[in-house]
Amino acid sequence: MRSSLRGAAALVGLAETAPVRDTGDHTDLSLAAEVATAAVNDAGLDLTEVDGLLTHPMGVVSRLVPSTVAEALGLRLSYADSVDLGGATAVGMVWRAAAAVLSGMCSICLCVTAVPRPADATALGGPSRRTTDRSPAREFEVPYGNVGATEGYAMIAQRYEHEFGCTAGQRAKIAVQQRENAARHPHAFFRGKPLTAEEVLGSEMIADPLRKLEMVLPTGGASAVVVTRRQIAARLTQSPVLVLGAGEAITHKSITYAPQLTTSAIRASADRAFEMAGIGREQVNVASVYDCYTITALMTLEDAGFCAKGEGAAFVDEHDLRWSGDFPVNTNGGQLSFGQADVVGGMSHVTESVLQLQARAPGRQVEGAEIAFVNGNGGIMSEQSSVILAVGG
Amino acid sequence: MNTDGMNTASMPRPRLLPYPSPVARPFWDATRRHELVMQWCDTCRYHVFYPRATCPRCGRTELSWRSVSGSGRIYTYTVARRATHRAFAERVPYVVAIVELDEGPHLTTEIVGTDPNTVKIGARVIVEFEDHADISVPVFRPLITERVE
Repeated sequence: MRSSLRGAAALVGLAETAPVRDTGDHTDLSLAAEVATAAVNDAGLDLTEVDGLLTHPMGVVSRLVPSTVAEALGLRLSYADSVDLGGATAVGMVWRAAAAVLSGMCSICLCVTAVPRPADATALGGPSRRTTDRSPAREFEVPYGNVGATEGYAMIAQRYEHEFGCTAGQRAKIAVQQRENAARHPHAFFRGKPLTAEEVLGSEMIADPLRKLEMVLPTGGASAVVVTRRQIAARLTQSPVLVLGAGEAITHKSITYAPQLTTSAIRASADRAFEMAGIGREQVNVASVYDCYTITALMTLEDAGFCAKGEGAAFVDEHDLRWSGDFPVNTNGGQLSFGQADVVGGMSHVTESVLQLQARAPGRQVEGAEIAFVNGNGGIMSEQSSVILAVGG
Repeated sequence: MNTDGMNTASMPRPRLLPYPSPVARPFWDATRRHELVMQWCDTCRYHVFYPRATCPRCGRTELSWRSVSGSGRIYTYTVARRATHRAFAERVPYVVAIVELDEGPHLTTEIVGTDPNTVKIGARVIVEFEDHADISVPVFRPLITERVE
């Protein structure tokens, strides 16, 4: 059955701040306002025309974030929701916005991600939300120092090495080639800081086998995209980028209970997206895949079906992943080199894909880019949301 | 001193201790007795972990509690060399692992009593219990007698 979502909606505007370590006096709301206004203007619209809004849980208030953001921006909405899928939030927002405009519940849907970072932010502080965590993870994982994401991804990498024999050098290539991509993006955090494999392999071991230069640097920032019906998109400023396919899959929150450690739900979310789009993997010109760690990107390329199971490391060996290479991946440097402002990092994969397909990626433009595969990954290879974007007519 | 270098008569190093949920009370009562128990679904014939209200395979609420051996193998692990929370700063480096019990279920735990650099996937481990003031936390220790391929 052909989904009505296929090609029904388009991304028509975007804006993102340069990731920084200290967002100063910015709050969630001020960052949201900045990118929302800029994204809407990018599309050739203004905020009074926005009637749909997707946000995510923000620190500004523990509940009712959509109405809080709507009020701050002066929006009059017929559709609003909060998307809570961790790193998969932004990609999840894209198809939800497409479905909302297709359904007629709204016409112009704004997807906003915004996370400030104060100068005294530290990784040792523990949970930052104003909630009392009494989840199963708090009861059965946190007592063992399994806090945050690194230990979980390290355990996945360890098991992946055990089953398929991936080396640290193969993972390091991802970090190195994405750093070359970042050199070409004006806002990439690590622009102007070249990286060698020796530096990656010599960096501090954080949790075996993952080293410091295989993981993202936390930053603060914001990013927003605007989604509308295809018919409206044709009349606006930027070239429309169609949502051709979407898929989502969740099987677990903690990897302790994952059906498999070395095959993720990306297999299902990507299969669903490609099926809806009605295209094959070989038609993808540029991939933008969530890369909180090198292992995440490697396993994503494999599980998304660009190579056979267990061949991910060989795929990385055999391909040039730079913007100029034969299989461009994360042409903005990925979150590893562009920066990760919490869930905003997931949106950077969306915005970079849109820029590539709109031929608005000077210095790193993938020639003839018409189809992009984008993956959002949440938790510990938990929430997965995949979309296939295409140049619209 | 045990092989950890810890004076066994003193309190263990701190953790972020569990807040026992009502449905998991029998689990934590058992660990206080230095026993490991898990829920069992009679319809699906398997152990349910973590403790919860309904069987995640069939949804029934009639779950019983059974003893498990506490014997298993390391399914995967990592050595945390930088603390992710100040409560664990003293423990670094420490080993977080997923253990597969002989009965089948997986649980996350810490591997104790061995040099973190010698931990291997597949190694046999046995449960022991770390007694804090109000709760006992299960951890796992490698069986040094078994050779791992």
